[in-house]
Amino acid sequence: MSTVSSTAPNSGSSAVSSAGTASTPAALGERGMQPGYNFAYLDEHTKRMIRRALLKAVAIPGYQVPFGSREMPLPYGWGTGGIQVTAAVIGAADVLKVIDQGADDTTNAVNIRSFFRKVTGVATTEKTGEATLIQTRHRIPETPLRAGQVIVYQVPIPEPLRWLEPRETETRTMHALSEYGVMHVKLYEDIVRHGRIATTYDYPVIVNGHYLMRPSPIPKFDNPKMHRNPALQLFGAGREKRVYAVPPYTDVRSLDFEDHPFTVERWEEPCALCGATEAYLDEIILDDKGGRMFVCSDTEYCGTRREQGHRGKDAA
Amino acid sequence: MKMPSPLLQVRGLAKHYGRRVGCEEVSFDLYPGEVLCIAGESGSGKSTLLNTLAFELRPDAGSVVYDMKEKGPTDLGSLPDAALRELWRTDWGFVRQNPRDGLRMNVSAGANIGERLMAVGSRHYGAIRDTAQDWLGRVEIDATRLDDAPSAFSGGMQQRLQIARNLVTHPRLVFMDEPTAGLDASVQARFLDLLRGLVQELRLAVILVTHDLAVARLLAHRLIVMKRGRIVETGLTDQLLDDPQHPYTQLLVSSALAA
Repeated sequence: MSTVSSTAPNSGSSAVSSAGTASTPAALGERGMQPGYNFAYLDEHTKRMIRRALLKAVAIPGYQVPFGSREMPLPYGWGTGGIQVTAAVIGAADVLKVIDQGADDTTNAVNIRSFFRKVTGVATTEKTGEATLIQTRHRIPETPLRAGQVIVYQVPIPEPLRWLEPRETETRTMHALSEYGVMHVKLYEDIVRHGRIATTYDYPVIVNGHYLMRPSPIPKFDNPKMHRNPALQLFGAGREKRVYAVPPYTDVRSLDFEDHPFTVERWEEPCALCGATEAYLDEIILDDKGGRMFVCSDTEYCGTRREQGHRGKDAA
Repeated sequence: MKMPSPLLQVRGLAKHYGRRVGCEEVSFDLYPGEVLCIAGESGSGKSTLLNTLAFELRPDAGSVVYDMKEKGPTDLGSLPDAALRELWRTDWGFVRQNPRDGLRMNVSAGANIGERLMAVGSRHYGAIRDTAQDWLGRVEIDATRLDDAPSAFSGGMQQRLQIARNLVTHPRLVFMDEPTAGLDASVQARFLDLLRGLVQELRLAVILVTHDLAVARLLAHRLIVMKRGRIVETGLTDQLLDDPQHPYTQLLVSSALAA
């Protein structure tokens, strides 16, 4: 485990020893790590470079820190930024969970999980509560995160002002001076066109009262979960070569207007499988006659609830 | 009557592009509510001077002292970027020759007018919209066009929208770079009429760049004539146009069709 996880007491104790054991091939071989790779794929210098960037990111919540993004053995857009961050902070004692759109069993999640099993040999899990490190694409798990956990987001475009101001020099100045009025122009335009703020994902937030941040394409439903979250939140954008972070218990406020306050999505029916009413639901089309069902996007949350005996109307 | 203190004091201002001269040895005072016109032929350094006065270009020599609302007369060269940018979006306005440079073409007219309000912290959608509506009326654009994109506006309307967008924070000084150049004669007359009314009503100080002496005659109290980056003659507009002293000014006045 890296220096960053010194904020994570649960995995911190084992972190010290992991560097030692990680370097002996025998110890790793026992855990199923493939020979021929350095622990967590990246070489030690690269990991150190990313950790340095992450330390700066944690020190300045919401600020985008440039880093030397590497070629990874999968294409841009598949989470190369998140993978590099995970590789930099993962330790031999970590328990890894990978989700994509809330699901543990989608292509992206399965591949990234097996990648890290291969190059680190760490234990993996689907249980949010058991994981110490969670890499995610497009969702924050429904089960509340706790202190000591680290969640890594895959970020396609880190710059929230990019579509409004194409010049990088200008956006950096705007960040430095907290000149974010133009972001409200976008929300204003939303209300003009749709009668409400129609941005539903990647909803812009102000972190710690200063930096404007893109929370990666999570639904705005998940935005309130970022606010004062006890877990450490790390963001990696591989193609754009930026990392940023929200340290534990940091204020994260979603932008809005006084007369059009921020609200999250609501569904008219509960999850068809587990009956959850407080979860983010996916709509699934069942046939071409208008049949559809709403189910939790967080598969692990849904499964755990069903194990506990909760039943929705379509549960088998 | 006590003379008010100048709003803008310019002393020995110069801007060079390598070895070429942008403008040189420019000095003048501008008083609150005064309309100053900078005239000259193409390439005489008018726009360079305007951009240097607004500190969008950093001068190579000389000083610009602006009478700021809270701090009083301040050398702009000593202001940190943050304060300068705040000046740009609150106490100053900049009307561009091409409205596409001064407007956000892909958001509605209302959002264009509201942008400055949101930049200074307004967070009430209804209030922003009401103000935008009000300003649309003041620049004689139909209120039903509030939610239309500027790309659906005529050239004259775009230019008026640009005025509204700049004046919404009640600036005291507005820079204008050939605001009428892209407009045909009839639209130009109406635009100048509107501008003159607003300038008087709001007691705006304006620095206006134009090559059109008719525009200067109609709007400006004072006129500066430039040639090769230097001021060759300056004075009250009517006086200068009726009795030009410098040979270049004489040439300029005589070559105008009906100034």
